Formats: sequence, C-alpha cells, structure tokens
Amino acid sequence: MKPNNARPKGVPAGMPMGNPFKTLKRVLGMLFHFYPVLLPVTIFCILFSAVASSVPALFFQSVIEEIRNWVDSGDWSAASKEIIPMVLVLIGLYVLSIISITIYTQLMAYMTQGFLSKMRCTMFGGMQKLPIKYFDTHKHGDIMSHYTNDIDTLRQLVSQSLPSLIQAGTIVLCVFCIMLYFSVWLTLIVLTGVSVMLFVAAKFGGGSAKFFIRQQQSVGKTEGYIQEMMNGQKVVKVFCHEDKAKEEFDRINDALYEDSYKAHAYANCLGPINMNIGNILYVLLATVGGLFILGNVSNLSISGMAFDVSIVVPFLSMTKQFSGNINQVSQQINSVVMASAGAQRIFSLMDEKPEDDNGYVTLVNATTDENGNITESKERTHKWAWKHPHGDGTITYTELLGDVTLDDVDFAYEEGKNVLHNVTVYAKPGQKVAFVGATGAGKTTITNLINRFYDIADGKIRYDGININKIKKDDLRRSLGIVLQETNLFTGSVMENIRYGRLDTTDEECKAAAILAGADDFISRLPEGYETELTNNGSNLSQGQRQLIAIARAAVADPPVMILDEATSSIDTRTESIVQRGMDALMKGRTVFVIAHRLSTVKNSDVIMVLDHGRIIERGSHDDLIAQKGTYYQLYTGSFELE
Amino acid sequence: MIKTLAKCVREYKLPAILTVLFIAGEAIIEAIIPFVTAKLVNGIEDGREISYVLKMGGILVALALVSLACGGIAAFTCAKASAGFAKNLRHDMFGKVQSYAFGNIDKFSSSSLVTRMTTDITNVQMSFMMITRIAIRAPLLLIFSIIMAFIMGGSLATTFVIVVPFLTCGLLLVAKFAMPAFRRVFKKYDRLNESIEENVRAMRVVKGFSRERYEEDKFTKASESIQKDFTRAERIVALNTPIMQICIYFNMAFVLIIGSKLIISNFGTTINVGQLQAMLTYGMQILMQLMMLSMIYVMLTMSAESAKRICEVLNEVPMLDNPENPVMSVKDGSIEFTDVSFKYSEKAKKFALSDIDLKIPSGATVGIIGSTGSSKSTLVQLIPRLYDTTQGKLTVGGVDVRKYDIETLRNSVAMVLQKNLLFSGTIKENLRWGNENATDEELIEACKLSQAHEFVMGFENGYDTMIEQGGTNVSGGQKQRLCIARALLKKPKILILDDSTSAVDTKTDALIRAGFKKYIPDTTKIIIAQRISSVMDADMIIVMNNGTIEAVGTHDELMKNSEIYLEVYTQQTYGGGDADEAE
Repeated sequence: MKPNNARPKGVPAGMPMGNPFKTLKRVLGMLFHFYPVLLPVTIFCILFSAVASSVPALFFQSVIEEIRNWVDSGDWSAASKEIIPMVLVLIGLYVLSIISITIYTQLMAYMTQGFLSKMRCTMFGGMQKLPIKYFDTHKHGDIMSHYTNDIDTLRQLVSQSLPSLIQAGTIVLCVFCIMLYFSVWLTLIVLTGVSVMLFVAAKFGGGSAKFFIRQQQSVGKTEGYIQEMMNGQKVVKVFCHEDKAKEEFDRINDALYEDSYKAHAYANCLGPINMNIGNILYVLLATVGGLFILGNVSNLSISGMAFDVSIVVPFLSMTKQFSGNINQVSQQINSVVMASAGAQRIFSLMDEKPEDDNGYVTLVNATTDENGNITESKERTHKWAWKHPHGDGTITYTELLGDVTLDDVDFAYEEGKNVLHNVTVYAKPGQKVAFVGATGAGKTTITNLINRFYDIADGKIRYDGININKIKKDDLRRSLGIVLQETNLFTGSVMENIRYGRLDTTDEECKAAAILAGADDFISRLPEGYETELTNNGSNLSQGQRQLIAIARAAVADPPVMILDEATSSIDTRTESIVQRGMDALMKGRTVFVIAHRLSTVKNSDVIMVLDHGRIIERGSHDDLIAQKGTYYQLYTGSFELE
Repeated sequence: MIKTLAKCVREYKLPAILTVLFIAGEAIIEAIIPFVTAKLVNGIEDGREISYVLKMGGILVALALVSLACGGIAAFTCAKASAGFAKNLRHDMFGKVQSYAFGNIDKFSSSSLVTRMTTDITNVQMSFMMITRIAIRAPLLLIFSIIMAFIMGGSLATTFVIVVPFLTCGLLLVAKFAMPAFRRVFKKYDRLNESIEENVRAMRVVKGFSRERYEEDKFTKASESIQKDFTRAERIVALNTPIMQICIYFNMAFVLIIGSKLIISNFGTTINVGQLQAMLTYGMQILMQLMMLSMIYVMLTMSAESAKRICEVLNEVPMLDNPENPVMSVKDGSIEFTDVSFKYSEKAKKFALSDIDLKIPSGATVGIIGSTGSSKSTLVQLIPRLYDTTQGKLTVGGVDVRKYDIETLRNSVAMVLQKNLLFSGTIKENLRWGNENATDEELIEACKLSQAHEFVMGFENGYDTMIEQGGTNVSGGQKQRLCIARALLKKPKILILDDSTSAVDTKTDALIRAGFKKYIPDTTKIIIAQRISSVMDADMIIVMNNGTIEAVGTHDELMKNSEIYLEVYTQQTYGGGDADEAE
C-alpha cells in the first residue's frame, strides 16, 4: 500500500493568511538573530551611502551660487579657490560613499546566501522531527515548493527589497529635511504629489501582488496537469486521447494566461505612472516656484532664506530625487507582498508541531553476569537492554528480547473514525506473525503503530513488557527493523545505502549483510561493485535488486524485531525467488510482523491474523485456519476474494 | 532557435509591435523632457516673465501626459504579448508532445518535459517581456541621451568618453565571470532539491532507522557548500553597484569642476547653469541605460539555455506519421510477423527483437512468457504501431500496419500497458477514455467482464468515485481491473494485456480470462504474464528469451520441449501463488 493511502481527509490545503507585518518582522528578527553584528554594520553602510547620496544637493546649490557670483567677472583662477575645495569635499564624500556601498553590497551577498542556507537547514531540521502524519497528509510537491518557490521569494526580499527600501527610505528622509531647510511651502506641494504616488503604488502594487499570487496558483494547476499527462503520455497515445488532452490543457492554459497577463500589466503600469506623476510634480514646482519669485511671496523655511532662484533650482532636482526614490519603494511592494506570503508558508512548516516524545526508557549496551544480572556497558557488547529509570530514582534493566504485545488496540487516523478495533496480538521472541487481508483492512496501519509512526487511541502496546509510550522513540525504532513494500534508496554508493541501517558498521559487516540478503552476487557484478553510485532512487537497478539492498540495509541494523511489508510488484520469477530467500534469511531468529502477499510466507508463519475492516476475524497457524474452513480457507483455496 | 520561438508569437504580434512603438515613444519623450526642463529652469533663472514659465510648464505637462499614455498602454500590450507568447509556447509544446510517437517520448523523461513547459517557459516569457520593453528603449535612450549631451554640453560631454567605456567594460567583466559561476550553482541547487525530495519520499525509512540527525547533518553540509558557491557568484554580481556608482560620481564631479570653469571663464556664454543641470540628468540616464543593457545581456544568456530546451521539444520530429490514403478499417484480429527485427534507436548496437516470425489467427488467445528483458513488451508494442519495425513486415488483419490510419489501428488494437495509469477524475470519466460515448450500461458490462463492477459498487459513490492523481486511492489490483475495463470499452479486434493482472489474485484472474472466452470470442487476446497460471490455458504460448522467440506451443507441448518453460513452471508451483490481491 502506498503510505499516503492512509491519509485522513479534510486537512485544509490553503494556508491561513496571517498578518504580513508580523511575518516580515519575524523574518527580520531571524536575520538579526543569525547576523547580530553584520546586519547592523550593513544597515549602517546603507544608511551612510544613502545620506552621502542626498547631501550633494546642498553642494550643488553652493557651487551654483558661487558660479553665479563669479560668472560676471570671468575670473576662474579666483573662483576656483572657492569652488575647488567644495568639490574636493564632495569627492571625499563620494569616496566614502563608494567604500560603504562596496562593503554593504558584498555583505549583503554574503548574508543573503547565508540566511537562505540557514533557513533551509532550519526548515529541513524541523521537518525531520515532524510526525509521519504530516508527510501522509501533505502533497510532496507542496512540501518541495517551500524549499524552492518560497525560499526564492525570501531571496528577493533580503537581497533586493530590503536594502532598496532602507536606502530609498533614508534618502527620502534626508531629502525631506533638506527641502524643509529650503522651503516649507514647496515641500508641502511635493508631499501632496508624493501621497498621490503612494496611493497609486498601493493600488497597483497591491493589485499586481494579488494577481501574482493568483498566477502562482494557476502555475501550480498547470504544472499538476502537465505532470499527470506527461507521466501518462503512453496511455494517452494508446487511447488516441491526444485531442481531448489538448482541449483540456488549453482551458487551464488560458486561465494561466489571464492571471499572468493581469499580474504583469499592473506591475508594468506602476513605473510609467509614478515616473510621470514625478514629472508633473516637477513642472508644478517650477511653475509655482517661478510665480513665488516673481510675486515676492515670503518664504517659510528653516534656513530663513527668501524665495530666490538659488532655492527653486536645487529644489527641483531634489524633487526628482524624492519622487524617484518613492518610485523605487513602490516597485518593491510587489515583491514584499509575495515574500510575506512565501515566508508565511515557510513559517507554517517551521511551526508545525514536532513529533512528541515523552519516552524515558532507553536502549543501552549491556552485559549479563552469571547470576543473570544485567549491567550497563559502554562498549559494544552485541547485547542490549532497556534502561528504565523509575520515579523513586532507581533504575532497572530489562533484556532486549523482542517480545511485542498489542492489547485491545483501537486506532483512528481521524478522531471518531476507528480503522482498528480491539486488535490484540501476542508475538513471542522469535515468532513470525503474518497479517493477511484485503486493501484497507488495516494491515499496514498495525505496523505503523508498533514503531509509533502513529499513536494509538486506546489499548496498550508493550515491548518486552514496557509500554512503548515510555520508550524513547529513537530507541524504540532502533530496536525495530522495517522493510517497506516500496523501496526507497538514497543517492550515494551501494555501501552507503547498506550502512544506512547502522552507521558504525565496517565494510565487512555491510558485505556480510549483503551476502545474507543474497544481494552480494549482483552487487559484485556492478561496474564499481559496492562503490557504485546510485542516483534517483536507484533507478539504474532493477526493482528486485533494489529490494535486495533494502533487505541488506535492514540486516545490517540487526534488530530483534522486524516489520516486513512484502512487495507485490511483478518481478521475474528468478529474481523473486532470490528476494524471497533474502527475506527468509532476514526473518530467521527474529520476531517478525509481516504483511504477507505470498502464500509461502504465510504458510511458514507461527500465527496468521486475518484482518477485515480493522478487526481480526481469524487467527491461528496455517493448519488451524485450514481446519476452521473460514475466510482463510477460502482465500487459500482461491475460491474467495478478500474484497 | 529564434525562428522556432518567433512562430509562437502569432496573434500577439500586434501587441508586441505596439509595445515596441509605444515604448519608443515614451523613450523619446523621456529624452526630450530634460531638454525642456533646462529651458524652464533657465527661464526662472533669468527672471523671464511668467508666461514663458507657464508655456514651458504646459509643454512639460503635455509631454508627461503623452509619456504616461505611452507607458500605460505599453504596460498592457507588453504584458499581453509576453503572457500570450508564453501561452502559445505552452500550447504548442503540449500539442507537440501529443503528436510524439513512443520513440520520441522515450527520449525525454516526463519530469524534464514538465520543467521545460513550466520553468523554462517562464524564463523565456520574462526575457520576452524584457526585450520588448528594454531592448528597444535602452539603446534608443542611450543614443539620444548621448547626442543631447553633446549638443547641450559640448566639451563637457567628454566625460562620457571616459565613463561609458569604463562602465561597459566593468559590467561585461562582471557578467563574464558571474555567469558560469551561476550556472554551476544552479546545477548544484537542483541536486539539493532532488535530495530534499528523496528525503520526503523516504521519510518512513528515515524515521524507521532513526536517521533524522544524520539526514539533517547531510543536508546542512550540502546546503553550506551551495551557500559558499552562491555567495561567490553573488559577490561578483554585487560589484555592479559600486562600479556604477563610481561612474555616476565621477560624472558629477567632472561636470561640476569643468562645468563651473567653463561657465565662469566664458562669462556664461558657451554654457549656462541650466545646461549644467541637464548634463547631470543625461549623464544619469546614459549610465542607467548601460546598466539595463547589461541586465538584459545577463538575462538573455541565462534564458538562452531555457529557449534551447524548449526548441528541442518543438523541433523534435514525430517518428511515426499517418500514411497517405490510409486504410480506414481493420478487417479482423489476425496478426502476422514476417522476419521482424527491431531496435529502439538507430544508434543502438543490439536489436531488442530479432528475426520474429509469428502467425496469430483472429480470435486466438495467446500467452507470452519470459524473464525481464526478454522483450515481451517490445513485441506487442509493435502491433498497435507504437513503434515501427526496423526490419521486416507486420500485418494486422492482412494489411501492413504502416498502411492504416493510426487512430483506426489503435482503436482496433486495445492495449493495457504494463505501467498503467488512471487519471484524476471519476471512475466513469476514466472508463470513457475507451469510448467517449459509452452508455452507463456499457460501462457496467465492461467492468463486469474485467471483474471490477463489484468493488466499484462497494465504493460509496460507485462509478462516480473520484480517482486521485496517479490512482493512489485504489489498490493495484483494482487499478489493473479498471484499466482492463477501459480497454474493453473500445470493443477492440485485438486486446493486449501487458502484465496487466499481476496484482490481481489468481481466482479473479481466472474469472477474467473465462469471461474473455465467453463474451469476446472473436477478439484476439494476447496476454503477457509472469504467472504461468495466467497463460496455461491459452491456445498458443510464446516463450521469449533475449529478444527472440524461444518456443511456441500449447502448455503440454512446451512442458515437453521448452526448458525455460519447464523451469518457470516448477519454480512457481514450488513457490506457491499469491496470498491475496496485491496493493
């Protein structure tokens, strides 16, 4: 069974849209947390360069004044004594500004990538701690998009929007102060114009962000359809379904076009509109300034200067700068909105509740003396014991044997919808328990409970007499081996894949496990033997070969209890018998829970549980059950289909 | 490449051209504005009467409004053209893939096709937008600004002779070094994402072995290595800003010193304060446009890769095509292979099938057995002309398959593929793939024959039950039976089951075969199986080995004279069958 078959329905797919400011604040908080020194340095450099680029307006004004004073004399050598020092100061300022720009752009590049890497790692680390339920209830594509699309929006935010906002904001503030220094009246006109610009920016920026998010959803839909069709392309061909597929695709494609068109149209509009509002504002100021000069209107300003050409002219260039920067801010609105949505999704993954683990019983290496007393050992003794600390401070040790009991267990993926009812199973050390039953009868569910992928609703599961809720999950799972029906291998060498079962094994031990599993034969024949690199879930191997490696991987872990989900995929008879032998070797001497699909496996089991709709309807050995002439008998003789 | 892509612009040519025109208009006005502004400023400076100021102001407002109109219209036409271009590209690619033969499909992995149709197209769309907006505007503004600068500033404009080459070199150098670095990182980045996917998929293994910490460490290491490479690449790009800033500052300082010298020594006759201002504005504009051009350059080279991948799909020639004057009906279900050999690609050294001679009478039941890699599937895939034979002749109903209209042939030869799939949609919708116009009764009939009716009725919504993507909410055996029903609905002359009952229990398997015998006796049935019980009672069993036919005969004959058959038989009888239906 595919694991996600057990998916409880009704989990909302969409993410709640929280407060975007809160989200952004949290992003900044994390950035600061990762770079408590560099971030302030960077911000300081941005601020400095911003100030440095707004101050020259003052110098221009002075230089122009000087020019005007000297222009009639035509005496450059005298004028230069006044002008050159001013320009030199300006150049000094420029040099400082360039230094700070270089510093902050370099730091920004460094921090952005560092931040993204740390976010990825935090997210990944957090994800490892999530319960299996999370992975069963979320589409893998959706989880992946946190690492790709959502992280990308953060990159945009941190590397571009953030510095640009700080810089533009500072310049706006500086220029504003200088403007006030020159003239309050003219500043007010600028402010009016700017508020119009901001209004437009909010309107269009917000609109385009809305459509960008819609476009994102459309892209997802299109991608899903393409994926399904490309995967099934051969089926499409066999059924001559090409035209239907095209028709359907066109519908989805058109919807994507609409959203994409609107999103970009709005975004594209923003630039020209704000630029031209800036232009008009410029004209307005020039005209009003001109009128004021002519009309001798009294000026209100910090400097106390009267209306004059030397005020109006620099003021005009400041207006340009002012509106230009406002424009820059408004261009960022889009990516800020997108980033806050992306960050929200990232945080929702980070904030998922991790698998809780209140276990305190741990698995330790042990030695037994002649009296049967167990003591803990620091060395590898190949003997294990459960270390059980009690409330009164005493510690008891129980030998790890592999005795597993399920006692009256109920379970529901969704509250109120029990899928297992009163399941009781006793497995003595070394016994083989087979589960048989139709799809959805609950076979896989039972095995999911023993290793606590899911927690039971009622009843008790004990391992060597200890309630598994008291055992630390890591240790519990270390004592249980699993071989799943669907084989998952990792990118890396064959050896690394086998060693995955227990990280501290030597190459020899890995090889021994491969021999046990019957995998050694084909591995040695691979071009690089055990060092052959596997990629893409071992796609360069056959199905049967991949299963053999998975068996070897479980064998290396050498746990006293095994959970096996027999594969049913069709592999040719010869390979299948090798796999079968490997499985049998693995089962020897262990407590085994097997979800069986082959009669030979079932027949050799000590106990067979026949499951139906979450209940055990028959139990016993093969001979007992045949004698009962019940469901199992019918199943065995092939006259009854378990559906 | 450009020619291939240009074909997809089609009905969006007009908006694309309009965009270029309006953007050009906007650019020209943008270039004129500082010119008029200078006059205005001078007017104020010189204390000209208010009517002059108002006149200039009026011209400026008018210019701004025209520029606004141009910019606004261009914004829409540009978005329309680029989104439409992307739409057409997707449409064409999807359509193209639909026209592919199996041989073409084998060439591209499905995930690579998905990337080509999504990410790659988005890249090209963005580039297209950039080109229509900036590629015309930037050079236009650049040239215009340089001309204006020389007209207005005269010798002051020499500053650009210094600054422009410096900036161009700087930007090109940055692009040159950054791009290969980025390309490398992106590849690594893709691999990182693949490893995340691997982890998510294998989460049960990770947790089963308590390898959470191990995985985390592994990931952190990979992520940090990427961080290092990425940082290096980004830091090269980050040099753009200071280089640009140096030029801007140089320009300002130069204009201020030389400008003021010029003004003062010439008593303001050759050049005046207003012109000084305009020079600064033009300088800014020139540098900005150079920056834009370098951005386009980077973007275009980056998306060239995407464009190449898209063109590969679009330019792929379908390996099969419909014959002229095709035969439009298939007489009966007889099949004949004469000296057929086949290899998957011309370059392949080994033939997948060699020297196949085989005659199957209409209405026969044929079993095919053989180990993995013995080319069982390859053999049957030639019948509905999913591939063309490399050598030899294959006839269906007495006519060479290459003479049939492909759709006619495939509608008469129904095939249930080994790697079969249901699509998201209801069971009914899935079944109607076989025959769009099938009545509900026909659906039920087909499902009864494939032993699917009973379990379908067991679902809460019966035939209206939704199948999830990939058919994950039905068991393997159920899926196979639905797929058989879907094929049956075609009412084919030949029915091919390629290992299509592997997950169905033996009992049901037998019922299905019995049903075939009873209800579709005239249909030729070809059954590939691993299980010997599935083919035992066939009229004719073919044993395949290594791309050749090892033996043909009935069960009894083969038991006597085929070693392979005997070996498989004994192994399976010893090993026992399946305990239940596989999931």
